[in-house]
Amino acid sequence: MTATSGSELAALSARQAGARIAAREVSSRELTEAALGRIARLDGRLGAFLAVTADRALAAAREADARAARGGRLSELDGVPLAVKDLFLTRGVPTTAGSRILEGWLPPCDATAVERLEAAGAVLLGKLNLDEFAMGSSTENSAYKPCRNPWDLTRTPGGSSGGSAAAVAARLAHGALGTDTGGSIREPAAFCGVVGVKPTYGRVSRFGVVAFASSLDQVGPLARTVEDAALLLGAVAGHDPRDMTSSARPVGDYLAGLEDGARGLRIGVPREWLGDGLEPGTLAAVRAALEAYQRLGATLVEVSLPHSRYGIAAYYIIAPAEASSNLARYDGVRFGLRAGAGGGLREMYAETRQEGFGPEVKRRIMLGTYALSSGYYDAYYLRAQKVRTLVRRDLDQAFERCDLVAGPVAPGVAFRLGERVEDPLRMYLADVFTITANLAALPALSVPCGRDAATGLPVGLQLVGRPFDEATLLRAARALEREVGTFPAPEVA
Amino acid sequence: MALSGFQVVIGCEVHAQLLTRSKIFCGCSTAFGGEPNAHTCPVCLGLPGSLPVLNQRVVEMAVTVGLALGCAVRERSVFARKNYFYPDLPKGYQISQYELPICEGGSVPFAVDGQERVARLTRIHMEEDAGKNVHGVSADGASGVDLNRAGVPLLEIVSEPDLRSADEAVEYVRALRAVLMALGVSDGNMQEGSLRCDANVSVMRQGAERYGTRCEIKNMNSFRFLKAAIEYEARRQVEIVEGGGKVEQETRLFDPDRGETRSMRSKEEAHDYRYFPEPDLPPVVVPAALRERLRAALPELPRARARRYQDALGLSAYDAGVLVADPQVAAWFDRALEAYGAGREAAKKVANWVNGEVARLAHEAGAGPAAWKLTPERLAAVLRMVDRGTLGGPGAKQVVEEVFRTGAEPAAVVEARGLTQVSDEGAVEAVVDQVLLASPVEVERHRSGKKDLTGFFVGRVMRELRGKGNPAVVNALLKKKLGGGS
Amino acid sequence: MSLSLEEVRRIAALARLRLSPEEEERFAGQLSAILDHVRLLEELDVAAVEPMTHALAGEAPALRADLERPGLSAEVAVAAAPERAGTHFKVPRVLE
Repeated sequence: MTATSGSELAALSARQAGARIAAREVSSRELTEAALGRIARLDGRLGAFLAVTADRALAAAREADARAARGGRLSELDGVPLAVKDLFLTRGVPTTAGSRILEGWLPPCDATAVERLEAAGAVLLGKLNLDEFAMGSSTENSAYKPCRNPWDLTRTPGGSSGGSAAAVAARLAHGALGTDTGGSIREPAAFCGVVGVKPTYGRVSRFGVVAFASSLDQVGPLARTVEDAALLLGAVAGHDPRDMTSSARPVGDYLAGLEDGARGLRIGVPREWLGDGLEPGTLAAVRAALEAYQRLGATLVEVSLPHSRYGIAAYYIIAPAEASSNLARYDGVRFGLRAGAGGGLREMYAETRQEGFGPEVKRRIMLGTYALSSGYYDAYYLRAQKVRTLVRRDLDQAFERCDLVAGPVAPGVAFRLGERVEDPLRMYLADVFTITANLAALPALSVPCGRDAATGLPVGLQLVGRPFDEATLLRAARALEREVGTFPAPEVA
Repeated sequence: MALSGFQVVIGCEVHAQLLTRSKIFCGCSTAFGGEPNAHTCPVCLGLPGSLPVLNQRVVEMAVTVGLALGCAVRERSVFARKNYFYPDLPKGYQISQYELPICEGGSVPFAVDGQERVARLTRIHMEEDAGKNVHGVSADGASGVDLNRAGVPLLEIVSEPDLRSADEAVEYVRALRAVLMALGVSDGNMQEGSLRCDANVSVMRQGAERYGTRCEIKNMNSFRFLKAAIEYEARRQVEIVEGGGKVEQETRLFDPDRGETRSMRSKEEAHDYRYFPEPDLPPVVVPAALRERLRAALPELPRARARRYQDALGLSAYDAGVLVADPQVAAWFDRALEAYGAGREAAKKVANWVNGEVARLAHEAGAGPAAWKLTPERLAAVLRMVDRGTLGGPGAKQVVEEVFRTGAEPAAVVEARGLTQVSDEGAVEAVVDQVLLASPVEVERHRSGKKDLTGFFVGRVMRELRGKGNPAVVNALLKKKLGGGS
Repeated sequence: MSLSLEEVRRIAALARLRLSPEEEERFAGQLSAILDHVRLLEELDVAAVEPMTHALAGEAPALRADLERPGLSAEVAVAAAPERAGTHFKVPRVLE
């Protein structure tokens, strides 16, 4: 084995790492130790990990190396160290959902996505930090600790999959899984300069993923390169009989056709998305990316998404409503925190939930309960579900004239920690670009497209595609990545 | 039920646990009992990240019931969440059906006081059962939660408020139960709770146009309690209205010990269930092909069977009705008839035994036909012995009872207990002569008109024969010997 | 629109949350602001629009066959219980 330094090892993409293991140039153990070393050195500052499962990881690495020795490779990810958002159930490993109400909870089973990664031979390093119950855009709502942006430790990495994005950007893991309900993969990916994919609703099983909003949640990869994202997506996608909302459509090979380039693609640019409200640096970077696509032979088509401006209102009724119901199970009876000792049943419920839930979670439960309550259902929940249909229709119509839609991920770059916690509405309004794809149940991704001139912070370009057409999105993202170069990794200060 | 100028109005909500092997949304066993929480998994425990997966058989059973009761089966129905907090409800919501249930309309025919009636159904829908709260699991009076039952499939069958007396309600539930059992979707066990009935009861003045405020009565786990509860509640409500008061809409529990209903939750706010369509489950699709396949597979239903018993076998409506109330009993009857013989006389005899002695023994033992040691063939054997004169009426009863208890062969029981009837004319005649000789005074009195002394002679003869004299033979010989009269 | 404190309390009770008086005030304000924004939806004429109740459209998934599958043992099922009595989950007395 060549003596590659720890940071060189950590810098490998997931695919490169897997290939080196297969070629026996590097061992899974070395990669795993390198990752664990970086975590030990840097994560104190970053706060990306809530749990590091070093022993398990090293044991898995040993097995991967044994397989590599006898030529029994499970997949391209065999032996590659990855990590997952702490929303994924991992058997026997604490799963907190970033909440005190699940502190110390050990699930009796794995999430399907975790099972599939492990079946592919991946090494799991640990569980990644997140906004509590995936509710938030900055990871500041984590009940345990904030996560910091590796590009600037005074700023958020985004959320709710902030730990996933930070870990990948800071090379603490070669890839990660996150979840995206209103932008929670794409926005942190954009803030941290990594690739993040939210697949079509139903593409990846939600079994074993702590539910936030059932009709919006999706599992997806965060990775350093588009190729890695394609690889990770392929490893977890596909029908799961344990999830009746998972699609039976066959999964294609996301790596095939990845290099086909952008020539001939019709890229829709929604006029509503490039108006006011964008920070100049973000607007400039997005514009530059669109121009790059033109140079690569794609055509830009102006489209309109007239119901875009109603998206936040619809999302912030539907998601909290479903969440208020999904979070009713946290009652202190069967698992997790129990408070209110000495009191009766009602005290137990109320104290448990008061102590266990943070303010953002409580806020959304309140909002959701209100929207579903007697007398308000029609005006709020039902109406929001109808507007959802309109948002989807806008995109269906746009796709008659283009193959994918492009625009910003967020109005600006990563904001400072503490800047928005007191202003929930402002925090919500920043989701305006990402929630479209969640409401429409369509695939979308964020690919780094440049840097903000003022701060040097990463800017992400969002691509939204037709149902189950992740392949076109990945191909287009790869084309841009080839053109602008793989986004650099930050030096963690 | 006299209510002095008032009419009681009743609608029933029946919850039937379906006889599937696994729960509605997961593969856990539906078997009754078992160590607390031994039949559970992440789904029915409501653990984070769990998702429901619908059991195909539940849909098939729901459609089958709907077809049998003449409902409109929706091609597309939707599950919904009913949200409330209770320890036996692990997710904090029950997955049920709300706006778009799988069946609508339909009706249940039943008979009360010999009159044929029909109660219309509002709807039938699928839902999951909750777990069980158990009291006093520890010294400090705490309660325990057992989720074995959580997720067992239920069919909720809601009737229109078409019932007008407690008796009607009872007969309605009886008839519905018979249908569910005939279809093999429920075991109809009210005591164990696999068939539950809630009644919505209100009263209105005779001739009034609007229904009164109704109360929901729960916890009536037998027909007797159902009747008592409704009668009590009707009287209670009439008293309130007559006294100038207003009936409060509430849920009340029947207390079988006191024969009263009492309010269930004090000052509890009316539940706001915040129903919304279940996002984790796609709409339930019942294509026409499936519907027709299930329709073609419908077995003979109780009312049709009862009609057949009346028409082809000449049974009375009453006898037929009793037989079909439990489809397993009716099936047992059919086999007994097959083993014994055809014809209306045979049917009448077998029906009398099944509805009489056998029913009594079964009721005492608390067992259904599947558990009876008295097989149809054995009953047939006993009946043939009676026909041949080998057994008398009382003897037959004894044999049937013992066979029911022990499963012994009838012939063996007759042998062992020496129950063989004495039918031989010669033997009986000898005893008759003996008795008449020994009672000259009574013979003289009989001859001079005291005909009711015949019983005295029969008694003496039977005593000599240890009760095993064939009554027909004894009577015939006495008549011959005593001459004339009776 | 303004959410009254009374409404906030009603919703909190429905959701089994015990908010502090300070939280009640803060939430009343924040939720009111959010609901104000949500009122934007009233601008749209949605009378003829179907609600998107199920995000995965156009697939009729296969249902599960009625077979028993092994689950968790009673011990594992109650392993995470904050309080237990034997293999029962133990809770404060439930009054019917």
